[in-house]
Amino acid sequence: MNKKSIFFKDSAFKYLVGGSSLIVVAFFVMIFVMLAVRSYPSMANDPLMIFGSTWDVNSGLYGGIPAILGTLASSAIAVALAVPISLGMSVFFTEYAPRRVRAALSIVIDMLATIPSVIFGIWGLWIVAPLVKTYVQDPIVGSIGFIPLFSGPAYGLSLFLASLVLTFMIVPIISSLTISLLSTTPVELREAMISLGATRWEVVRHVALPFSKLGIFASIILALGRALGETMAVTMVIGNSFIWPFSSISLFSPASTITSKIASELYEAVDVLHVSSLVELGLILLVITLLVNSSARLVITRISRRNASG
Amino acid sequence: MIVSRRTKEKLIIAALVALTGAAVVPLFWIIGSIVWNGISVMSLEFLTSLPAPFGSSGGGIGNAILGTLIINLFASGLGIPLGILTGIYLAEYAHDSRMGSAVRTIVESLSGVPSLVIGLFAFTLIVLSFRHYTGVAATLALGIMMIPLVAKATEESMRVVSDDLREAGMALGIPKYNITTRIVLSMAKGGVISGSLLAFARISGETAPLLFTALFSFYWPTGIDQPMATLQVLIYNYAISGFADWVAKAWGASLLLVLLVITINVAVRYLGRKKYGGA
Repeated sequence: MNKKSIFFKDSAFKYLVGGSSLIVVAFFVMIFVMLAVRSYPSMANDPLMIFGSTWDVNSGLYGGIPAILGTLASSAIAVALAVPISLGMSVFFTEYAPRRVRAALSIVIDMLATIPSVIFGIWGLWIVAPLVKTYVQDPIVGSIGFIPLFSGPAYGLSLFLASLVLTFMIVPIISSLTISLLSTTPVELREAMISLGATRWEVVRHVALPFSKLGIFASIILALGRALGETMAVTMVIGNSFIWPFSSISLFSPASTITSKIASELYEAVDVLHVSSLVELGLILLVITLLVNSSARLVITRISRRNASG
Repeated sequence: MIVSRRTKEKLIIAALVALTGAAVVPLFWIIGSIVWNGISVMSLEFLTSLPAPFGSSGGGIGNAILGTLIINLFASGLGIPLGILTGIYLAEYAHDSRMGSAVRTIVESLSGVPSLVIGLFAFTLIVLSFRHYTGVAATLALGIMMIPLVAKATEESMRVVSDDLREAGMALGIPKYNITTRIVLSMAKGGVISGSLLAFARISGETAPLLFTALFSFYWPTGIDQPMATLQVLIYNYAISGFADWVAKAWGASLLLVLLVITINVAVRYLGRKKYGGA
């Protein structure tokens, strides 16, 4: 093999891998471009319509605020529920669990992360919804239903149920990151605390948790990003209704999210304005999730830099 | 004082166990209900035949199984090569160049884009342009979803290959593309394969990007350019239909899907670990 052909092959390979990377970059850019292009009819018709409060296909009204608020509310509630569960499990895992329990728990976390969204959906729809209606919603509506946030009627399918199902889907994200953070607590700090007579919990509370604070925060933001974009499970259990939040603020009322709106309407949408409004909602979701994810990444980069310098 | 601290410790352990249970119970509950409801419809007919005409019993989900496999294979044909090449670029050629870090940031951002939005992209690009629901759009969406997963696995497993080997190659005068493909990539092979398999498992469960691309069909797939049934969309359509027979079939399809996804994951994570060491 002469030098020229080696040189040629060498640079051809370089362009091949560089070119492939550029294709991936192009895909990413095209996602924005295509969503913007296809939502143009809606933006041109009335740039503010997507921020209206009524979505009524028959009268050509496409106001996305209830869906946007539904996305934010369901994700926020899910994160609020998932944080204690994940942190509790992570602390139990790293500090208290015997080796065998740890092995079993890590399989559980892997499996929870593996189960497809649509499976959470069918489980939520047919198994959890009736139970939640009978054993959670009905009693609460019956006792403190006069508070608007908990008012009836209880349908089962609701913002509350969607948040609950989402919770289990994001627990593995927070737990797996938190577990790896907690297990990197410097042994010297840990031993110093124990030699002072601290209980295990006191070590966690005063050393391990503060030490990993920033990383845990980043994992929570990542989980939020995941919850915002979650589609199938939410679509199947949230009830897809525009009652929430303007006609009823109740957690037990059926609601909608950006994703449930798109998933349940796009395939049968014929009107150009309808299609482009749905695409515009998708564009809004894309921007929100990218902002959330990149802020989490910013925190993670800061931590790895701190660890590298320290 | 000491007693109260010990009591506190015990209370806290109880609380931690309860919180752990709150995550463990749903998993077993989900798997239990899928096996319980899904196993009763399993039969050879269920796995191999077309859906029965509406209203009559029997029939199966054969076309949906085939559809998922076809779309996954084509998506892998797009996503795995692009992912591997991008991973090679990031590990061996990007270094700390500005373009390298831009590509890395974008690959990471791509993995955070909701699958629904990627499906929406395929819809706007292909379905709206050709005014036709098609498996091609689904393939594009799932293929794009695989890229960041495969690229990350490739980059990470190539990075852990010791520089000694690269330097030894250079000292022998081996050209860089040969060092990269024959030495580094062959060392990293295990990680690349498990990364690709996990990406395959991941897209097997993705439903949102298929709803308005491949749509659904009650017939055998006739071409990748036509609407196609998939297991995932079948589960969704049948589960929300409310007809007892369809819901039962949705459970059966769920059992099959979970088996597929979990088998791949278990194989990669727990069997592959010994062979490839850490990958």
